[in-house]
Amino acid sequence: MLGILGKSLSTGIVTTSYPATPPDVSAHVRGRPEIDWANWKDARPAAAICPTGAIAYQDAKGQRVARLDLAQCVFCGLCADVDPAIRMTHDCECAARRRADLVAAAGYRLKPDGTHERLTSPPAGTPACRGEASAAPPPSVEALGRQIKRRAGRIFGRSLHIREVDAGSCNGCEIEIVGLNGPVYDVERFGIHFVASPRHADLLLVTGPVTRNMELALKKTYDATPAPRLVLAVGACGCSGGIFGVNYATRGAVDTVIPVDVYIPGCPPNPYALLHGILTAIGRLRPEHGC
Amino acid sequence: MMLSHVSSELRPVVEELTRRFHGRLGTCVAPRSNEIYFHAPLDLVSGCCAHLYRNWNARLVTVFADDARAEAGVFHLYYVLALDAAHGFLILRAPVPPETPEFPSLANAFPGVNWQEREVQDLFGLKLIGHPNPRRCALHDDWPEVYPLRKDFDLKTVLPPFQGERHKFRKVEGEGVFQVPVGPVHAGIIEPGHFLFSVAGEPVLYLQLRLFYVHKGTEKLFEHLPIAHGVRLAESISGDSSFAHATAFCHAVERAAGVDAPPRGRVLRSVCLELERLHNHIADIGAICTDVAFVTANMHALRLKEKILRVNEHLTGNRLLRGQACLGGVRFDWDASQLKVLAGLVAELRPEFAALVQLVERSSSTLDRLQTTGILKPGVARDLGVVGIAGRASGFDHDLRRDFPHAAYDQVKVKVPVYQAGDVRHRLRVRVDEVRESLSLIEQFIAKLPGGPVHAAVGEVPADRAALGYVEGWRGEIFHWIRTAPDNRLARCKIKDPSLQNWPALSEAILGNIVPDFPVVNKSFNLSYSGTDR
Repeated sequence: MLGILGKSLSTGIVTTSYPATPPDVSAHVRGRPEIDWANWKDARPAAAICPTGAIAYQDAKGQRVARLDLAQCVFCGLCADVDPAIRMTHDCECAARRRADLVAAAGYRLKPDGTHERLTSPPAGTPACRGEASAAPPPSVEALGRQIKRRAGRIFGRSLHIREVDAGSCNGCEIEIVGLNGPVYDVERFGIHFVASPRHADLLLVTGPVTRNMELALKKTYDATPAPRLVLAVGACGCSGGIFGVNYATRGAVDTVIPVDVYIPGCPPNPYALLHGILTAIGRLRPEHGC
Repeated sequence: MMLSHVSSELRPVVEELTRRFHGRLGTCVAPRSNEIYFHAPLDLVSGCCAHLYRNWNARLVTVFADDARAEAGVFHLYYVLALDAAHGFLILRAPVPPETPEFPSLANAFPGVNWQEREVQDLFGLKLIGHPNPRRCALHDDWPEVYPLRKDFDLKTVLPPFQGERHKFRKVEGEGVFQVPVGPVHAGIIEPGHFLFSVAGEPVLYLQLRLFYVHKGTEKLFEHLPIAHGVRLAESISGDSSFAHATAFCHAVERAAGVDAPPRGRVLRSVCLELERLHNHIADIGAICTDVAFVTANMHALRLKEKILRVNEHLTGNRLLRGQACLGGVRFDWDASQLKVLAGLVAELRPEFAALVQLVERSSSTLDRLQTTGILKPGVARDLGVVGIAGRASGFDHDLRRDFPHAAYDQVKVKVPVYQAGDVRHRLRVRVDEVRESLSLIEQFIAKLPGGPVHAAVGEVPADRAALGYVEGWRGEIFHWIRTAPDNRLARCKIKDPSLQNWPALSEAILGNIVPDFPVVNKSFNLSYSGTDR
């Protein structure tokens, strides 16, 4: 017993102060990719090397529309290896309330050799082109932290309960979600707990492309969760179906089966990205949920 | 056939087998010195496997099918036998004509292939003859009559919503016997699966498993992706083994293409495999403690795991080492400062891990819960072909790193811990020993890290080549078998995760234990649902 106490005392406090301080990530981390839309010359090499179709383009009548869909992105960085107009940022806080907010696209004039030039329609969408678009800056994490206190205090009595549902994941997301309960990320400091039953939950954290074999179980879990309730789709697979997409065994994105409130991209999203997504979710409850 | 292509250790086996089944065994092909194929008739397979098992101590590590109707007019069944002492694989290939789509079961003689044979039956529509339990396995009972891995089945087929019974469980009856159904959505943050306990009072009489809830059509999907994209898909077979699975896949492609990873790339591969082993083993040690209510130890374990994941991120850009595997070696080289961070991690982990182990070892209430809990007897483990941690805790002295050196494991001596007790305590102990060994291996690898490139160009892979890739992942042996198609694509990719082999052993280990001990017994195996279901 004394040994246990001694070990705890000598270890000290290891908990991050995020979101008061920015995520403590390595200089080598691959966050979301960023495209220099104005100087992008050719979408084809990046689209060809992208394993999930996150970067794609459509050509028609001498015009090209090229897009980046963060919901599909697995942050592998292969596009940045082949295209100087793309770089991998360190930004992992990519959660969005709307699926469309994860898609950025721009129009170009197509050249005969297949490359493209000059923007014909300005890049639109966030956050992939946040730097250039005139969209209002997203709320800072500090602001989100204040919101969580306000909203969680009012709606969930400073005690948000989460039920995690693996609806088909590879278990990569689960490894990071488990980390939230560890001493470093310690989600309980926000009054947030993981619970064993959907009956006790306010929020469902759903991973995986929803498999056909888990579709019914996911629906039942959702139905068993009392309103008001929130649903978070976690990871590239949960947000979009990811590399698995839709096939005979999978239904793809979580929102094809149950309504989703917040999307957390990543493969897997790291614990900071998960925290950011959960805090984002608590900042808002939809009116139809009775709040 | 050219025996000169066969390794000197395998040659006596090949010669003896050829003599024994004189004239009946069919063509022998040796694409690689440790990977020998016999094109055997179907009726000879059972006798051949039994002979190799009895006389050469061969292990039947995987059974799978390949729809080669377009090329050869038949389905092919493959039986992969590992000869640990001879460091080689013998692979029997047997044709199944489409007009009589059936094959004899080996499950009575080799219980370890029980599930795999049923998977062939489910996914290819080849009927099993003489199987002790030929019910559905990979597809749930409420699936329509479809055979997803046949070439004439479209990957994107939209199947109707499923309803009705997923699995007809066997009845267990008697006075005071009742059933406890659990899952597929579990109480913890784990993957989905359904367990049905039959209990009388507290002890478990019988445990039935219903898995494949996360079947994602992965093997079929491999056939629709360029090989390069397959590396990323392989990372998503089982997230805890991202690097091991991707490397097994790359290994198979490299063998098909006849390309070797350069020396530095091979060493970095081994280091990454050890990093993956470290973070999983340490997390498991903590989770086992949590399941017997020693949460403090888990908090320390999670703290150490976080240190490793951060170093993973520093070395490869991703905490689970994703993006690091690539055809021909590894993608990112490490500079001096990164190597220093790695060395620092090893130096830091040694005393930290020793302290964690001491915390557990000195907790008599913890050890009391772990000792003699969930015993898997060596004889049962041997019959079921249990591999990896669970196998080594039940007397099976085996490790691909030592017996089939891949990556850079030929440059080090891997110490393999083996125990006979087979309880949770010893599955924990195997992990403890392996963590220490991993730390030592990483140090040895850094000390003799050669210079040069970290990956070789693989280029266009010739069509219609078959190759077996293998890696000892942290959980156990991983196999990827591929057959290539034109245009840098695959005609087939068979994935064998160790979990598929070990799940049936869980049903044996839990017998006679109380239901409240199931979580800790389950965690001591820590099998991947996604790796099994694919």
